[in-house]
Amino acid sequence: MSDTPTTPGYTPFPAAGNISDAEREDLRRHGILLTSLEELYGWGRSNSIWPLQFGLACCAIEMIAAATARFDIARFGAEIFRPSPRQADLMIVSGTVTKKMAPQVVRLWNQMPEPKYCIAMGACAISGGPFKQGYNVLKGIDRFIPVDIYIPGCPPRPEALLHGLTQLQEKIRAERVSGPQAARHLQPDTASEFPVPDYGAHDLQPPSNPKLFTAPVLPRKA
Amino acid sequence: METLEQIRDRLLARFPAAKVELVTNPGTAAEHSLLLDAVFAPEIARFLRDDPALRLDYCSNVSGVDWPEKEITDTVKKSVPDPAGGPDKVVEEKTKRIQPGCLEAVYHLYSMTLKHGPVVLRLRTGNRTDQVTLPSLTPVWRAADFQEREIFDLYGIIFSGHPDLRRILMWDEFKDHPMRKDYVSPDDFEWEPTPHGDVHERAKAHYPAPPPAATPTPEAKP
Repeated sequence: MSDTPTTPGYTPFPAAGNISDAEREDLRRHGILLTSLEELYGWGRSNSIWPLQFGLACCAIEMIAAATARFDIARFGAEIFRPSPRQADLMIVSGTVTKKMAPQVVRLWNQMPEPKYCIAMGACAISGGPFKQGYNVLKGIDRFIPVDIYIPGCPPRPEALLHGLTQLQEKIRAERVSGPQAARHLQPDTASEFPVPDYGAHDLQPPSNPKLFTAPVLPRKA
Repeated sequence: METLEQIRDRLLARFPAAKVELVTNPGTAAEHSLLLDAVFAPEIARFLRDDPALRLDYCSNVSGVDWPEKEITDTVKKSVPDPAGGPDKVVEEKTKRIQPGCLEAVYHLYSMTLKHGPVVLRLRTGNRTDQVTLPSLTPVWRAADFQEREIFDLYGIIFSGHPDLRRILMWDEFKDHPMRKDYVSPDDFEWEPTPHGDVHERAKAHYPAPPPAATPTPEAKP
């Protein structure tokens, strides 16, 4: 494992007892590869992320471009777009989430098995973007499901999506199987499914999941 | 193709009881239109479609317009004789009148067989509250189906005779019609990073109360 992840809070794996990274590299030059099962597990998972095949708006076109030969998301092992949420690891929310669509997106998220990750791609999925004040636009998918990686842009270029994907890979590699740094889905008290909002008379009911989303406080003069 | 005046005159000759008005467009586009009597609209539409000289067989677009109630000030200049014997004074008399509001459906018609168009038709409702029914032209042009549903959804015009009049963009439980000028969107302005205009006014309601003024700072003058 020669790459050094840059995720904050990342600590190198204890490969074998008290051996240091320098010693590991030294051994590697002599043809001896030392690793741990945990590290191997994370490496395997991070290189076979299967995204859910669905798109909501123009960002989906960039997502499709990322899957084509020019940008080739297959280099990162994420080319197998699954048409069923039961087989997917990653939800790329690509585009404007309308209030009419939001319950279906949450339902798809609930149908995905753990471990699962979510990328909010583009300004609309992050905050509503240029359509924020629209009567039918959800102001960010993080009001209803937990988001791991935010990719800004309108729309983000395929390179940006690939960068977001590699960031997610680093996040997955940093996850532990047990202990306080264990992955989110291995901690017993974290939720895997989230309530699907209902259609109200003017807005979704509730308009956001209070356990996930609280509006930032803006200390501004009135 | 005949001019719009000629079409109007032929319609008036054919349907003597109907009221057909020419609405001129003062802009550079000069795309004038015919305001039809709503009661006779289906018959007139069928005539325009089947008339051998017109053959307007293609309805390319149907759109809705909301005309809210508007106060109009008419200014009339009057010359009043000066009692002192001087020259006449010009006095402006201003009268205010209320132009009643209405909802409007606009149809753009072309002829595929004769390669001409467009002819623009307008239908107006009696008011914006209880007389909002217009005859549907979907039986004449099938292309109007989804677009009349959209107008019903967003403006609230009820098209009688439409085969399947349901909401198309908003969810079924939605109340109100969001493209009307007086629609007020739900108050979810709790987090607006760069508010301005009306959004700023509404976002202010969510700002935290300013901290109570601590002990008033005494003037530093001895």
